[in-house]
Amino acid sequence: MTADAVHPRTFGAGPSRRHALFAGLCLCCLPTLGRAAESFAIEEVGPGIFVRKGLIADATVDNDDAIANVGFIVGKTGVLVTESGGSLADGRWLRAEIVKRTDKPITHVVLTHVHPDHVFGAGAFVQDKPVFIGHAKLTEALSARGEFYRKRLIDLLGEDRTGPVVYPTMSVADTAEIDLGDRRLTFTAHGPAHTTSDLSMIDSGSGLLFPADLLFVNRIPSLDGSLRGWLTEIERLKTLGATRAVPGHGPVAVDLAPALADLSGYLTVLRDGTRAAIAKDVPIEKAVTSVAAEQRDAWALFDTYNGRNVTVAYQELEWE
Amino acid sequence: MTHRIGKTLSTLGLGVVLATGAVSGPLVGMAQAAGASDTEHERAARWQEIAKSIFGDRQIAQTDSLVKIDAPVRALDAALVPITLTMPKDGQIKAVSLIIDDNPAPYAAKFEFGPAADPAELKLRVRVNNYTDMHAVVETQDGKLYEAKQFVKASGGCSAPMGMSDEEAMKGMGDMRLKFAETAPGKPVEATLMVRHPNFSGMQMNQVTREYTPARYIDKLTVSAGDRTVFTMTGDISIASNPVINFAFKPDGKPIQVAASDNQGGRWQHSFNPPSPTN
Repeated sequence: MTADAVHPRTFGAGPSRRHALFAGLCLCCLPTLGRAAESFAIEEVGPGIFVRKGLIADATVDNDDAIANVGFIVGKTGVLVTESGGSLADGRWLRAEIVKRTDKPITHVVLTHVHPDHVFGAGAFVQDKPVFIGHAKLTEALSARGEFYRKRLIDLLGEDRTGPVVYPTMSVADTAEIDLGDRRLTFTAHGPAHTTSDLSMIDSGSGLLFPADLLFVNRIPSLDGSLRGWLTEIERLKTLGATRAVPGHGPVAVDLAPALADLSGYLTVLRDGTRAAIAKDVPIEKAVTSVAAEQRDAWALFDTYNGRNVTVAYQELEWE
Repeated sequence: MTHRIGKTLSTLGLGVVLATGAVSGPLVGMAQAAGASDTEHERAARWQEIAKSIFGDRQIAQTDSLVKIDAPVRALDAALVPITLTMPKDGQIKAVSLIIDDNPAPYAAKFEFGPAADPAELKLRVRVNNYTDMHAVVETQDGKLYEAKQFVKASGGCSAPMGMSDEEAMKGMGDMRLKFAETAPGKPVEATLMVRHPNFSGMQMNQVTREYTPARYIDKLTVSAGDRTVFTMTGDISIASNPVINFAFKPDGKPIQVAASDNQGGRWQHSFNPPSPTN
């Protein structure tokens, strides 16, 4: 089932001056100091379903923001891109991998939510004139943040590798279905959870769920929508009938139930710990170091994101 | 660097629009922020200029005892940076100003204390747009000025999109809560004031029209215990949305009155019963 793996290639350059500028980022997580996006393997996780595992790292000058699990589904009538990539460069890499495997047209690209590691690959697919599918709230979220994200990414990767902000051409307010001839993709627009624009998808051909960043595995979830909402949407994901899923970050495919249990474990500790801090008048600057500390060993990048998650949760919960 | 300061310094006015956006979610770590590479000398020169525009030719002495700023060295969220101002000398402090040197409108807030205040500790949440020095300047009862500073790494806090529509952000505007910490009788009472208000900075883009949402921020906030003032805050766009202020006051059993106004004519008033003095 495994597609031809592309083995890691190391580009000769050692650590450069720009590495020093981004000190504090987790460069140790990178497999090479070369262009990481060119050193990934793609795995076939179901019939006609190909996924590349994103790096468990933040965007750096060397990794083209290739940190999300991106992929595509080859249907009878065309190809649907499940996640576009974290930059134009990452999207181009993905497109090249698609073209290597099929000559079917790329008819659909899913923009799963507003975050840069999930939308900036879209520019690589504009030439294919696909339907760009997004949550009904994605357009406004992108118009608020897209340009800012783009500037940040340009600072890191340069304009050529970053690409444009691409807006959805098909918006999903509740549910929607796409037919690829031999399989149907069913989309669900979720309430505020990881972000305010989370879109999940189920493939009828494999039964696989694509929850995007509604499901983080191993990598600490980042909260940018609503903590209570996310816990609600987890319950909804459980009712969609899938047993396996392709998470937004983490392994390319996992058993859904235990992965959701781990995620909701963290989010519940975050919620309860933050509520307890608020009730005891523990100020936000102290709460960020104490709440959910017991989850530290369970998640990669914990120190980068947990304090921020507490900050977001605190603001949501202090008005309860 | 003078162009950053604009001409609204001497009053707490609306700042100049400079940059766009702050980040949420992945991208947290990718900071190559404006102001990151300025030298110590450049920062000091900028502070001289700001101090002059706010305080004129008055001397400002350094202090490490009259006021202390605590802020995270690296902000987790540039749109919500928690600040603690500690002023341990009871009875000596008349007012404290917080200045975020490299924010578009640097003069973030001024608190003038009244007879019911215990200014020992004051907490508020601010936006930070650049790597910047932050200064707290206290005025003592004898009219002298003293300053303390702290360097903070953050970026994009003033222009951070709120992640919701303006209508949603304005829901419940003017609602307030006041929470009291448990206190021994006869001691000052610690209180947390929460105000629902988007405190639009004027640098956040409206998500639908793609135009900038006009600045709308709490410009005046007065807290009194009965007839005695606890403090009057003059605020600006650097205060984070849904302002939360922790302060302490000397209770006399009378209700706590909070009056707030914003720069667009919004006015709100709430009254809260303090904890019973026998507790």
